[in-house]
Amino acid sequence: MEKRQRQTFGMFMDIRKNGTSYLLVLPAMVYTFIFGYMTYPYMIIAFQRFNYTKGIFNSEWVGLQNFEFFFRSYKAVTVTFNTIFLNLLFIAFGTLTALVIALVLNELRKKLFVKISQSVMLFPHFISWIVVSYVLYAFFSMDMGLINKLLNMLGIASVNWYTEPEVWPAILTAMNVWKGAGMSAVIYLATITGIDETLYEAAEIDGANRWQMCLRITLPLMMPTVIILTLLSIGKIMYGDFGMIYALIGDNGTLYSTTDIIDTYVFRSLRQIGDPSEAMAVGLFQSVIGFILVFGTNAITRKFFRDGALY
Amino acid sequence: MKKFSLSKTVMYALISIYSAICFIPMLLVLMISITDEDAVLKNGYSLFPEKFSLYAYKLIFTGGSQVMQSYTISIFVTVVGTLLAILVTSMAGYTLANKHVKYRNLLALYFFITMIFSAGIVPWYMMNRMLGLTDNILALIIPSLLFSPFNLFLVRNFMNGVPDSLRESATIDGANDITIAFRIYLPLCTPVLATIALFYGLDYWNNWWNAIMLIDDQDLYPLQFMLLQLQSEISMLNEMTMLAGTSDMTLPSESVKMATAIVTIGPIVFLYPYLQKYFVKGLVIGSVKG
Repeated sequence: MEKRQRQTFGMFMDIRKNGTSYLLVLPAMVYTFIFGYMTYPYMIIAFQRFNYTKGIFNSEWVGLQNFEFFFRSYKAVTVTFNTIFLNLLFIAFGTLTALVIALVLNELRKKLFVKISQSVMLFPHFISWIVVSYVLYAFFSMDMGLINKLLNMLGIASVNWYTEPEVWPAILTAMNVWKGAGMSAVIYLATITGIDETLYEAAEIDGANRWQMCLRITLPLMMPTVIILTLLSIGKIMYGDFGMIYALIGDNGTLYSTTDIIDTYVFRSLRQIGDPSEAMAVGLFQSVIGFILVFGTNAITRKFFRDGALY
Repeated sequence: MKKFSLSKTVMYALISIYSAICFIPMLLVLMISITDEDAVLKNGYSLFPEKFSLYAYKLIFTGGSQVMQSYTISIFVTVVGTLLAILVTSMAGYTLANKHVKYRNLLALYFFITMIFSAGIVPWYMMNRMLGLTDNILALIIPSLLFSPFNLFLVRNFMNGVPDSLRESATIDGANDITIAFRIYLPLCTPVLATIALFYGLDYWNNWWNAIMLIDDQDLYPLQFMLLQLQSEISMLNEMTMLAGTSDMTLPSESVKMATAIVTIGPIVFLYPYLQKYFVKGLVIGSVKG
């Protein structure tokens, strides 16, 4: 008790001493309080039948009914599976592509070529998913898209891609790699550049060729970064990319069976169906599992790579 | 005479192909946007426009069009939002890097908790409704975008590298923290401020989440959100005309759609050299040690 009093007192003294410093941090603190801490209490509406006019204090309590509704519907399994499955595809193909590009770029010695190709492959990272949806449409449109034109040239009938759910995990993975792999490759390349030059010099004296150096020096030394980044992504596996899925799929219900994720489901419950309590229940389910995963993967990271842990 | 190396050739080819894969889709969109509408409808999308036309761009840039309205909104939101965000973030970063503030690590934890644990979109939406941040321009500037702990830590780490003797000599000369922050620290930290300016700026420019959640008024649609609406509206309109059999009245939809997409990425292309330089630097620092 006394210790706490002293601490409160100490903080008071510190604020008096460094008043202007605390003044500078105040806007950020107020912002974080409002949009961070003050949002936490709203999570209890998962256990209510929330009504906008009655508010959080007067809405009816319904226990676990919202959760029951979600888990009894076949949707629970579908959206959870899709979220995890798509994320796994993105992580696997994204990491692999980025790794190969980084290793190859590192071998190339023509500076201008490397610079230009880097600029080109970074570009998709900076555009929004909505612009990407236009790119996608240019390829997969039923009667004007390039893909169907190509198929027609080969004598195959046009396919209406926007009504074929089976192909979408592949398309989404391709688009995810297209947008993100260049950036990851550049990050990996920065790790490679950080590797001690003398290791390569020593290997060269020992008669190693470039291929051996790549396999025995570069790859093992960049593994920690690769594993850390992968673990971080696995920690976030319960969180889908709403921006991506909604921009590319939108409200196209035909494709939901393979593309609907938790985030789009929550969005629809909240904004289109207008059931905030149901949305919150699903969101809470996502947060709890997500939280466990973030903690778990971070614990693993901390155990094996001290420097790479998030906290 | 250099030795021909097969593996080198394969590697150059691989990177060239991947670069082409990244580049050609954007080129396709550009080409469709400058193709005559009839040519598009007759031949489908093509990388090599049969008949060149700038009609789509003329249509977009006519006064009073929705695209111009949205463009104005997006530019306003991005400029004002980014400036405010830099101000809030750099001021907080200064305090967190100030070694005379005894509880600076406690403050850092305060920001870190909200970064790790978010309540999700429903509480976020409720809070904005309660604050009246719906259907006005502030709803596009304040929620989510104005301050990010990630950028705060980026600034703090950079400011930790500024020698403390500068602060001490300024204090002896009678300067207070506000003067030190704005007159000494911020000018010294231009590289990291440029980085977070690009992070924030890009977030604002590409954001449509705030619009889809909080904006119903069409006059307030930012460019990205307008583009999303355009995609669904035009295809709906075309379906309707197809059903009604009045196909002689065709909107110049295909080229206009693609032209709007191109216009949307205009500023990004324009700022690309800077983006690349500072963005990658910031990301590398952030991803390897957050």
